Amino acid sequence: MNSIKDRAELIAAAAKKMGKEVFKDNLVKISTPRHELQKEAGKVVTLEEAIMKSGLKDGMTISFHHHFRGGDKVINMVVAKLAEMGFKNLHLASSSLIDVHKPLIDQIKNGVITKISTSGLRGELATAISHGLMEEPVVFRSHGSRGYAIAKGELHIDVAFLGASSSDPLGNAAGFSTSENAKSICGSLGYALPDAKYADCTIILTDDLVDYPNQLNAISEADVDYVVVVDSVGDSSKIASGAIRDTKNPRDILLAKKASKVIINSGYFEDGFSLQTGSGGASLAVTKYLRQAMIDKGIKARFALGGITSHMVKLHQEGLIDRLIDVQSFDKVAAESLLNDPMHKSVAANEYAAMLEPGSATHFLDVVILSALEVDVNFNVNVLVGSDGIIRGAIGGPPDTAADSALSVIVCPLLRGRIPCVVDEVTTLITPGSTVDVVVTEFGIAVNPNRPKLKERLEAAGIETVEITALRDRAKSIIGEAAPLPFGDKVVGIVMNRDGSVMDVIKNIAD
Amino acid sequence: MQRLRRTMMFVPGNNPGMMADAYIYGPDSIMLDLEDSVTMAEKDTARLLVHNALKTIDYGDTEMVVRINPLNTPYGKKDIEAVVKAGVDVIRMPKTETAEEVIEVEREIEKVEKEIGCLGRTQIMAAIESALGVVNAYAIATASKRMMGIALGAEDYSANLKTQRTPEGSELLLARETIVVAARAAGIDALDTVYSNLNDMETFRNEVEAIKKLGFDGKSIINPRQIEVVNEVFAPKEKDIQKSLTILAAIKEAEKKGSGVIAVNGKMVDRPVVLRAQRTIDLAIASGILTKEDIQ
Amino acid sequence: MELKNAMAGTLESGDILIQIAPSDVDGLHIELDSTVAYQFGEQIKKVIINTLLELGITQANVKATDKGALDCTIKARVTAAAVRSTGVDVWA
Repeated sequence: MNSIKDRAELIAAAAKKMGKEVFKDNLVKISTPRHELQKEAGKVVTLEEAIMKSGLKDGMTISFHHHFRGGDKVINMVVAKLAEMGFKNLHLASSSLIDVHKPLIDQIKNGVITKISTSGLRGELATAISHGLMEEPVVFRSHGSRGYAIAKGELHIDVAFLGASSSDPLGNAAGFSTSENAKSICGSLGYALPDAKYADCTIILTDDLVDYPNQLNAISEADVDYVVVVDSVGDSSKIASGAIRDTKNPRDILLAKKASKVIINSGYFEDGFSLQTGSGGASLAVTKYLRQAMIDKGIKARFALGGITSHMVKLHQEGLIDRLIDVQSFDKVAAESLLNDPMHKSVAANEYAAMLEPGSATHFLDVVILSALEVDVNFNVNVLVGSDGIIRGAIGGPPDTAADSALSVIVCPLLRGRIPCVVDEVTTLITPGSTVDVVVTEFGIAVNPNRPKLKERLEAAGIETVEITALRDRAKSIIGEAAPLPFGDKVVGIVMNRDGSVMDVIKNIAD
Repeated sequence: MQRLRRTMMFVPGNNPGMMADAYIYGPDSIMLDLEDSVTMAEKDTARLLVHNALKTIDYGDTEMVVRINPLNTPYGKKDIEAVVKAGVDVIRMPKTETAEEVIEVEREIEKVEKEIGCLGRTQIMAAIESALGVVNAYAIATASKRMMGIALGAEDYSANLKTQRTPEGSELLLARETIVVAARAAGIDALDTVYSNLNDMETFRNEVEAIKKLGFDGKSIINPRQIEVVNEVFAPKEKDIQKSLTILAAIKEAEKKGSGVIAVNGKMVDRPVVLRAQRTIDLAIASGILTKEDIQ
Repeated sequence: MELKNAMAGTLESGDILIQIAPSDVDGLHIELDSTVAYQFGEQIKKVIINTLLELGITQANVKATDKGALDCTIKARVTAAAVRSTGVDVWA
């Protein structure tokens, strides 16, 4: 005989061998209609409950993303709640921090936040930190390095608080919403994806709780522990603020035109090439001027990468760019395209630009155009600290893309008012000069001497080049010699290289 | 190479930021304005700004022009003193109606030049902005050996005619033709008026094409964005460049042989043809189509 | 030299606003507020003082609000404010 009863001994033996229990049928079927059942899902809680259940303790690391840029509401809201609940000594690890996060100054003074890791700092918070607000130095990483550090446990995240424009009760979340109650849209959640995956506890904050399943989700329920419904996660109209704007400035237009000429004649402007533009009016505008050349010469790009703008979307829709790989949607048009277009995909920060991840998209990038606060005579670039010694920017993607691309082009004006942008030595080293190929200013174009063939190609095309020292001299002749900055002795920031080594430190500014 | 004046960019004389930046956009001439763009209350400060900018800022090869206030205002004489002392290339007279006005300005320039020991350095151009000015165009163009050009100022001119400006510009036709003819007769340059709607680049381009056909050397402009359009319109066509290169090569050859008569493809080449060929090549170099090495 | 309160310049980027006032104490007293104070504060003060001394002004209170002006602009604005303050022009 071979009924299940007859096999009971064999089952018990198999279970014993595997170290497992023997199945007992004590299941009770749940008869609740499923649209009601999902509302009872245990993951949907208040922010306070989520924090309590998360296991967060004083001294732990919390993380955030900055996809809503100037419109972000999550960071200030969550940190205020943590302060109210009495947490202290927290390590805040955000993908970046900007002007809107100035309430953190008080939370640092209160001792709620005592350590920060970020890609950038702007506004009053940055100024206060530059003047020595914090005891611990801020640790700065590029976007690729941050993703990689999280994935490899070097930057361990205890609790991630991630804003999303839609989530279902299980935590399937996205940077947009297809429901009629959609309140916000930020597009790609690329910087938040490593956090969601590797944090010990992931909490989604959303302003649009939708029915299961929230498809086209970027973050999967498998990575989410709690879902918190809030009034607003961010003001989408402010995404295109700060460093991201469409320029009417004639100087930016001039720089963009010059940079596009360089790219067109660089030898890399060929069918199937790939392209990235960094933030800043001039670099974003380059796309506009490349477009005509692509049409005239019948050249199409395989992909555009990084921060995706409406200009990029337009080229994609015109068939000039095959695919868009979007780590951060720079405006609403880009965010909507990500939702609607299957050839427009988001990418996680650690798969976008990590040095040691073989599949990083930046490894397959031909041309990148980047802006800068300062470039020095050794082609080193600074995008983080102003010439007055005060932090006012973000590392972002430049060190990753400059190093990985076949051609990196820096566009920056020679002067911003009386501030020189081509100098003897950058205030802070962010992108090593060995990875920077061309510097385009309104007073001339300089090619890195380690790229002699590139220089030949440009000159053969009638593009005049100058020595970078000539640019520095020109700046000095107009504005005079700048006095040394009044740095103090305290280290307020540490700049990590993308290989995990320490590249530079930022000292405080003394008054 | 004869100086090109395709674009003369207006920059308000009371805006130091724009004055420092104007050069980078590559206009052929920059005109710092002390007249209409400066309020009466700021004439003194603008004059000092322009004086110090001209003395200090490295404008490279760009021709520096200053539009002064008329001599019959309290500002005109001081404007001349300030800009001549700063080494301006050209003084642009606004609303010029008679040759006498040019002579008066020349006299004031000479006074300052004698004082600082650089007699004859400063050139003059006159803007013609009224019916009387158009009628006197040739007399104005020949009033002084310092005259380098005459320009049309269309806003005042059309008001003076009791009409308005139109996109096709028929109201300006006589003035434009008169100014070109007077300039050519006097052997100086002719510059067209500004076009101020920056959002309508197409009409602007049409206007530039039209005035190029009339014979103008260039156009007054108010924004760097207009430079590219003017330069594109004035850039010579490939066919003309090749023809001009052949002509200039034939001349060199003839000069070498000491031959007075030049023929290209069996056709006699006379002076106007040579001049036009030279101008075509100058424009081609300025437009970046040819380099100086190409014509060696 | 007899001084009146006078000013010249603007607060636009690349410009400087100079305000000159009579002073009871000897010397030139410069109060500078500049967007580039760290790098160019001393240089800006030097240009202001030299320009005033060239014009024969040795006793005054000067308030300068700088928005990244170049030296030639500073010189022009100081001269203009001084001319307005003294009533003595630099042109014939």
